[in-house]
Amino acid sequence: MTLDVVVETLIKAVIVIGALLTGFAYLTLFERKVQARMQQRPGPNRVGPWGLLQPAADGLKLFFKSSSAPSSRDRFLYLLAPMISIMAALASFAIIPISGPGALNLFGRSIGWYVMNVNIGVLWYFAVTSVGVYGIFLAGYASNSKYSMLGALRSSAQMISYEMALGLSLVPVFILAGSVRLVDIVNAQHTWWFVLPLLPAFFLYLIAGIAETNRAPFDLPEAETELVAGYHTEYSGLRFALFFMAEYINMIIVSSVATIVFLGGWWGPFGILPGPWWFLVKVVALLYIYVWLRATLPRMRYDRLMALSWKSLFPLSLAMMMVTAIVVVAAQGTL
Amino acid sequence: MALREIFLGPIYIARALATTFKHNTKPIVTIEYPERQKPVPPRERGRHILHRYADGLEKCVGCELCAIACPVGCIVVEAAENTPEHRVSPGERYAKRYEINLLRCIYCGMCEEACPYDAITMGPRYDLADDHPDKFIAVKEDMLEPLSASLQDTARPSGAPSAQAVPRKW
Repeated sequence: MTLDVVVETLIKAVIVIGALLTGFAYLTLFERKVQARMQQRPGPNRVGPWGLLQPAADGLKLFFKSSSAPSSRDRFLYLLAPMISIMAALASFAIIPISGPGALNLFGRSIGWYVMNVNIGVLWYFAVTSVGVYGIFLAGYASNSKYSMLGALRSSAQMISYEMALGLSLVPVFILAGSVRLVDIVNAQHTWWFVLPLLPAFFLYLIAGIAETNRAPFDLPEAETELVAGYHTEYSGLRFALFFMAEYINMIIVSSVATIVFLGGWWGPFGILPGPWWFLVKVVALLYIYVWLRATLPRMRYDRLMALSWKSLFPLSLAMMMVTAIVVVAAQGTL
Repeated sequence: MALREIFLGPIYIARALATTFKHNTKPIVTIEYPERQKPVPPRERGRHILHRYADGLEKCVGCELCAIACPVGCIVVEAAENTPEHRVSPGERYAKRYEINLLRCIYCGMCEEACPYDAITMGPRYDLADDHPDKFIAVKEDMLEPLSASLQDTARPSGAPSAQAVPRKW
């Protein structure tokens, strides 16, 4: 690897991290605005025009908050846990190609629309988001508090259960695309998006993705109205902000992967918009669904949550996989 | 049972989603407080108002009956004699100093009942908030009715203090 490749990757990484953090900030505002409108409220509208500077005000507030921490914490792990969470969230965006099919020509170099184009593709996404579970569990463990511990147990149990359904719901796509590399998957959707033949898999992925990011109606680890706060009970100030960021960035990533894998990534129906805009539109639409669900559905009971994963989503995604495999093989046989 | 749930569940969820989405079109019900305020009932017992006659003279004659009637003793009245050069009220005396401790006041309206000239009534202002206890001592200028616009130039009594020279928050 030569120096220019390193520099190019570093610059792209900085751009992606900056974009994700800005995206996180405005996603919080987006969520509050959309939810407010559904509840016939105006939402934040005091800081800046239409409340557009609200995320900055919130960030400053968190920055100036006093950071209190339990005295009997595990000092090293207590600091490490939020870092693991945020790093896992940021790193998984590296493989997302936001446009294509070609590369961007700048300064005589052809630069791909992704930070890296690894051949393990989606597997990288699963691997890195699984590391995020460590952040959550270590946060609960290192806080040395019963609320945090129980919240962390719930949270990691939920995330591990739903990762199964999340992974399996994508397997039909791999069968159709013949690759796990995200660029190849998007290119395979040039004529029709995978959401059409694989609609059930898309819904399975959405449900599992919502549970994976601990969002309503599966937000049992936090459950503001019944529990204290779950695994980040003992975190305050900026350290809490890191967990908050990780949750919202994970939302963006789950939506991005759904866009890439099911909704045809940068391909638009009539080619009206350039690639990155199609990508953005689709991601925002999926995020709207996230917020919409939160504004609509009440929280599930914990045993129901686990039952939904193991008794419904897991077998359904297995069945979906089998059916796709059989259909593909049968189609090849007749051709 | 389980089968029924499998078929009906998504329908219920879709109906719930439709309900929340429909609310996007409904008007916002929030009253944005400092700019827009709900009208208070006509007999709201908020911060006191000291009234004037139509010619601009104050109704209060400094009899201190309100201070005596006040169950918590939050009213201080200090009276002074009216003179022909300095006439503030039509009676013999007027209130030189009239102060109400709004933190002590329980807004019972007994002062209003006790007043023989209807000089003091409870007003519509309820948003009494400030950052220091000292700022809650309402003095006479805070509570006095402003001279109505039509009277200000013509019928202003020579000695009447200019109402609300320094406008207070409440």
